[in-house]
Amino acid sequence: MLPYPLLTVFLLVMWLLLNRFTLGHVLLGGMVAVCSSWAMAALRPDKPKLRRWYLLPKLFGVVMLDIIRSNIAVSRVILQGRAKEHRSAFINVPLELRDPTALAILSIIVTGTPGSAWLEYDSRNSSVLLHVLDLVDDDEWRDLLKNRYEKLLLEIFS
Amino acid sequence: MIYSAADIPVWMAVVVAFFVLAGAALALIGAIGFLRLPTFYERIHAPTLATSWGTGGIMCASILFFSVAGGRLVAHEVLIGVFITVTTPVTFMLLARAALHRDRFENNPKVPRRTGPVKL
Repeated sequence: MLPYPLLTVFLLVMWLLLNRFTLGHVLLGGMVAVCSSWAMAALRPDKPKLRRWYLLPKLFGVVMLDIIRSNIAVSRVILQGRAKEHRSAFINVPLELRDPTALAILSIIVTGTPGSAWLEYDSRNSSVLLHVLDLVDDDEWRDLLKNRYEKLLLEIFS
Repeated sequence: MIYSAADIPVWMAVVVAFFVLAGAALALIGAIGFLRLPTFYERIHAPTLATSWGTGGIMCASILFFSVAGGRLVAHEVLIGVFITVTTPVTFMLLARAALHRDRFENNPKVPRRTGPVKL
Protein backbone atom coordinates (compact mmCIF):
# COMPACT_ATOMS: atom_id res chain seq x y z
CA MET A 1 0.00 0.00 0.00
CA LEU A 2 2.82 2.39 0.82
CA PRO A 3 5.63 2.09 -1.70
CA TYR A 4 7.78 4.74 -0.01
CA PRO A 5 7.08 4.78 3.73
CA LEU A 6 9.87 7.27 4.58
CA LEU A 7 8.79 9.67 1.85
CA THR A 8 5.20 9.47 3.06
CA VAL A 9 6.22 10.19 6.65
CA PHE A 10 8.41 13.13 5.64
CA LEU A 11 5.71 14.64 3.44
CA LEU A 12 3.23 14.39 6.30
CA VAL A 13 5.71 16.00 8.72
CA MET A 14 6.37 18.77 6.20
CA TRP A 15 2.64 19.37 5.79
CA LEU A 16 2.20 19.58 9.55
CA LEU A 17 5.16 21.95 9.94
CA LEU A 18 3.81 24.29 7.30
CA ASN A 19 0.31 24.20 8.78
CA ARG A 20 -0.90 23.65 12.30
CA PHE A 21 -0.81 20.41 14.24
CA THR A 22 -4.53 19.58 14.18
CA LEU A 23 -6.42 16.39 13.47
CA GLY A 24 -7.81 17.87 10.26
CA HIS A 25 -4.34 18.62 8.96
CA VAL A 26 -3.08 15.17 9.94
CA LEU A 27 -5.84 13.61 7.83
CA LEU A 28 -5.46 16.00 4.90
CA GLY A 29 -1.65 15.86 4.98
CA GLY A 30 -1.78 12.08 5.29
CA MET A 31 -3.94 11.88 2.18
CA VAL A 32 -1.62 14.17 0.23
CA ALA A 33 1.42 12.20 1.40
CA VAL A 34 -0.03 8.81 0.45
CA CYS A 35 -1.18 10.04 -2.96
CA SER A 36 2.21 11.62 -3.70
CA SER A 37 4.04 8.46 -2.75
CA TRP A 38 1.85 6.58 -5.23
CA ALA A 39 2.68 9.20 -7.86
CA MET A 40 6.36 8.71 -7.00
CA ALA A 41 5.97 4.95 -7.43
CA ALA A 42 4.49 5.53 -10.91
CA LEU A 43 7.77 7.21 -11.89
CA ARG A 44 9.62 4.03 -10.91
CA PRO A 45 12.81 5.55 -9.56
CA ASP A 46 15.51 3.28 -8.15
CA LYS A 47 14.33 2.30 -4.77
CA PRO A 48 16.99 2.92 -2.12
CA LYS A 49 17.45 -0.13 0.05
CA LEU A 50 17.41 1.16 3.58
CA ARG A 51 18.46 -1.72 5.76
CA ARG A 52 19.22 -0.26 9.14
CA TRP A 53 17.25 2.95 9.12
CA TYR A 54 17.51 3.22 12.90
CA LEU A 55 21.16 4.18 12.43
CA LEU A 56 20.12 7.37 10.60
CA PRO A 57 19.70 9.42 13.83
CA LYS A 58 23.18 8.31 14.92
CA LEU A 59 24.63 9.46 11.60
CA PHE A 60 22.73 12.75 11.94
CA GLY A 61 24.15 13.32 15.43
CA VAL A 62 27.72 12.51 14.39
CA VAL A 63 27.46 14.85 11.40
CA MET A 64 25.95 17.73 13.42
CA LEU A 65 28.79 17.53 15.96
CA ASP A 66 31.42 17.40 13.22
CA ILE A 67 29.85 20.38 11.49
CA ILE A 68 30.05 22.44 14.70
CA ARG A 69 33.68 21.43 15.13
CA SER A 70 34.64 22.25 11.55
CA ASN A 71 32.72 25.55 11.68
CA ILE A 72 35.03 26.58 14.50
CA ALA A 73 38.13 25.29 12.70
CA VAL A 74 37.31 27.08 9.43
CA SER A 75 36.40 30.32 11.24
CA ARG A 76 39.81 30.17 12.88
CA VAL A 77 41.60 29.67 9.56
CA ILE A 78 39.73 32.62 8.02
CA LEU A 79 40.19 34.98 10.97
CA GLN A 80 43.87 34.21 11.40
CA GLY A 81 44.31 35.25 7.80
CA ARG A 82 47.89 35.41 6.73
CA ALA A 83 49.27 35.27 10.26
CA LYS A 84 49.31 31.50 10.17
CA GLU A 85 49.65 29.54 6.97
CA HIS A 86 47.16 26.80 6.26
CA ARG A 87 47.76 24.16 3.65
CA SER A 88 44.88 23.41 1.35
CA ALA A 89 45.12 20.43 -0.90
CA PHE A 90 43.26 17.98 -3.11
CA ILE A 91 42.95 14.42 -1.94
CA ASN A 92 41.62 11.38 -3.67
CA VAL A 93 39.66 8.93 -1.56
CA PRO A 94 38.67 5.50 -2.86
CA LEU A 95 35.17 4.52 -1.75
CA GLU A 96 33.42 1.22 -1.26
CA LEU A 97 30.01 2.85 -1.35
CA ARG A 98 28.13 2.20 -4.62
CA ASP A 99 24.52 2.98 -3.81
CA PRO A 100 23.58 6.31 -5.49
CA THR A 101 21.43 7.46 -2.57
CA ALA A 102 24.18 6.72 -0.09
CA LEU A 103 26.70 8.57 -2.25
CA ALA A 104 24.34 11.53 -2.44
CA ILE A 105 24.08 11.59 1.35
CA LEU A 106 27.85 11.34 1.70
CA SER A 107 28.31 14.24 -0.70
CA ILE A 108 25.85 16.33 1.31
CA ILE A 109 27.77 15.52 4.49
CA VAL A 110 31.14 16.39 2.97
CA THR A 111 29.86 19.60 1.37
CA GLY A 112 27.85 20.60 4.41
CA THR A 113 30.92 20.31 6.59
CA PRO A 114 32.92 23.50 6.16
CA GLY A 115 36.53 22.89 5.30
CA SER A 116 35.96 19.97 2.98
CA ALA A 117 34.53 20.05 -0.50
CA TRP A 118 33.31 17.18 -2.64
CA LEU A 119 34.54 18.01 -6.12
CA GLU A 120 34.15 15.01 -8.34
CA TYR A 121 33.05 11.41 -8.06
CA ASP A 122 34.57 9.04 -10.52
CA SER A 123 32.30 6.04 -10.99
CA ARG A 124 34.89 4.09 -12.99
CA ASN A 125 37.37 4.01 -10.14
CA SER A 126 34.67 4.70 -7.55
CA SER A 127 36.87 7.30 -5.95
CA VAL A 128 36.11 10.85 -5.01
CA LEU A 129 38.23 13.96 -5.35
CA LEU A 130 38.01 16.20 -2.30
CA HIS A 131 39.44 19.59 -1.57
CA VAL A 132 40.41 20.24 2.03
CA LEU A 133 40.98 23.76 3.33
CA ASP A 134 43.35 22.95 6.15
CA LEU A 135 45.00 19.64 5.48
CA VAL A 136 47.31 18.35 8.19
CA ASP A 137 47.46 14.69 7.30
CA ASP A 138 46.07 12.98 4.19
CA ASP A 139 45.54 9.65 5.88
CA GLU A 140 43.72 11.19 8.79
CA TRP A 141 41.15 12.59 6.34
CA ARG A 142 40.77 9.33 4.48
CA ASP A 143 40.36 7.57 7.78
CA LEU A 144 37.74 10.10 8.93
CA LEU A 145 35.70 9.78 5.76
CA LYS A 146 35.93 6.02 5.56
CA ASN A 147 35.55 5.03 9.17
CA ARG A 148 33.26 7.73 10.45
CA TYR A 149 30.77 8.22 7.61
CA GLU A 150 31.24 5.55 4.99
CA LYS A 151 31.08 2.68 7.47
CA LEU A 152 27.78 3.93 8.88
CA LEU A 153 26.37 4.54 5.42
CA LEU A 154 27.43 1.07 4.30
CA GLU A 155 25.60 -0.34 7.28
CA ILE A 156 22.48 1.71 6.58
CA PHE A 157 22.34 1.00 2.85
CA SER A 158 23.49 -2.43 1.79
CA MET B 1 1.21 37.84 14.06
CA ILE B 2 3.86 40.23 15.33
CA TYR B 3 5.39 39.58 18.72
CA SER B 4 7.51 41.93 20.73
CA ALA B 5 10.74 40.79 22.35
CA ALA B 6 9.20 41.67 25.71
CA ASP B 7 6.79 38.75 25.32
CA ILE B 8 9.43 36.20 26.25
CA PRO B 9 11.28 35.68 29.56
CA VAL B 10 14.76 37.16 29.93
CA TRP B 11 16.66 33.86 30.05
CA MET B 12 14.98 32.79 26.83
CA ALA B 13 15.86 36.14 25.25
CA VAL B 14 19.50 35.47 26.14
CA VAL B 15 19.40 32.04 24.49
CA VAL B 16 17.70 33.46 21.38
CA ALA B 17 20.24 36.30 21.21
CA PHE B 18 23.09 33.81 21.48
CA PHE B 19 21.80 31.80 18.52
CA VAL B 20 21.10 34.87 16.39
CA LEU B 21 24.54 36.31 17.07
CA ALA B 22 26.31 32.99 16.51
CA GLY B 23 24.52 32.48 13.20
CA ALA B 24 25.13 36.03 12.04
CA ALA B 25 28.78 35.89 13.10
CA LEU B 26 29.33 32.69 11.10
CA ALA B 27 27.69 34.23 8.04
CA LEU B 28 29.94 37.30 8.43
CA ILE B 29 33.08 35.19 8.84
CA GLY B 30 32.06 33.26 5.75
CA ALA B 31 31.75 36.50 3.81
CA ILE B 32 35.15 37.70 5.09
CA GLY B 33 36.68 34.40 4.05
CA PHE B 34 35.11 34.77 0.64
CA LEU B 35 36.95 38.06 0.30
CA ARG B 36 40.28 37.07 1.80
CA LEU B 37 41.10 33.53 0.78
CA PRO B 38 43.50 33.47 -2.16
CA THR B 39 42.36 30.70 -4.54
CA PHE B 40 39.01 29.64 -5.94
CA TYR B 41 39.13 26.20 -4.32
CA GLU B 42 39.78 27.76 -0.92
CA ARG B 43 37.06 30.33 -1.40
CA ILE B 44 34.36 27.73 -2.00
CA HIS B 45 34.80 26.61 1.61
CA ALA B 46 33.85 29.98 3.09
CA PRO B 47 30.13 30.14 2.22
CA THR B 48 29.54 26.71 3.75
CA LEU B 49 29.89 28.44 7.13
CA ALA B 50 26.76 30.41 6.32
CA THR B 51 24.90 27.42 4.91
CA SER B 52 25.67 25.13 7.84
CA TRP B 53 25.53 26.62 11.32
CA GLY B 54 25.02 30.16 10.05
CA THR B 55 21.58 29.08 8.89
CA GLY B 56 21.31 26.65 11.78
CA GLY B 57 21.86 29.29 14.47
CA ILE B 58 19.32 31.73 13.07
CA MET B 59 16.90 28.85 12.51
CA CYS B 60 17.19 27.72 16.15
CA ALA B 61 16.71 31.30 17.35
CA SER B 62 13.62 31.74 15.19
CA ILE B 63 12.09 28.44 16.35
CA LEU B 64 12.72 29.27 20.03
CA PHE B 65 11.48 32.86 19.80
CA PHE B 66 8.25 32.19 17.95
CA SER B 67 7.50 29.00 19.87
CA VAL B 68 7.89 30.71 23.24
CA ALA B 69 6.23 33.99 22.26
CA GLY B 70 3.36 32.28 20.46
CA GLY B 71 2.88 29.58 23.07
CA ARG B 72 2.84 26.75 20.51
CA LEU B 73 5.48 24.87 18.55
CA VAL B 74 6.49 26.77 15.42
CA ALA B 75 9.08 24.73 13.57
CA HIS B 76 8.62 25.27 9.86
CA GLU B 77 12.08 26.90 9.85
CA VAL B 78 13.47 23.37 10.01
CA LEU B 79 12.36 23.00 6.39
CA ILE B 80 14.51 25.98 5.38
CA GLY B 81 17.48 24.29 7.02
CA VAL B 82 16.75 20.96 5.35
CA PHE B 83 16.33 22.46 1.88
CA ILE B 84 19.44 24.63 2.16
CA THR B 85 21.50 21.63 3.27
CA VAL B 86 20.18 19.40 0.51
CA THR B 87 20.45 21.92 -2.32
CA THR B 88 23.80 23.56 -1.51
CA PRO B 89 25.90 20.66 -2.85
CA VAL B 90 24.21 21.01 -6.25
CA THR B 91 25.43 24.56 -6.96
CA PHE B 92 28.61 23.86 -5.10
CA MET B 93 29.61 20.88 -7.24
CA LEU B 94 28.53 22.68 -10.39
CA LEU B 95 30.91 25.57 -9.63
CA ALA B 96 33.73 23.33 -8.45
CA ARG B 97 33.55 21.03 -11.46
CA ALA B 98 33.39 23.97 -13.86
CA ALA B 99 36.55 25.35 -12.24
CA LEU B 100 38.23 21.94 -12.37
CA HIS B 101 37.30 21.54 -16.02
CA ARG B 102 38.75 24.91 -16.92
CA ASP B 103 41.92 24.38 -14.93
CA ARG B 104 42.49 20.99 -16.52
CA PHE B 105 41.81 22.42 -19.94
CA GLU B 106 44.41 25.10 -19.30
CA ASN B 107 46.84 22.49 -17.95
CA ASN B 108 47.10 24.18 -14.60
CA PRO B 109 49.76 22.18 -12.72
CA LYS B 110 48.17 22.79 -9.33
CA VAL B 111 45.08 20.79 -10.19
CA PRO B 112 45.11 16.98 -10.13
CA ARG B 113 44.64 15.34 -13.51
CA ARG B 114 41.59 13.30 -14.27
CA THR B 115 42.25 9.78 -13.11
CA GLY B 116 42.28 7.37 -16.00
CA PRO B 117 40.20 4.23 -16.41
CA VAL B 118 42.97 2.26 -14.69
CA LYS B 119 41.81 0.65 -11.48
CA LEU B 120 43.83 2.09 -8.61
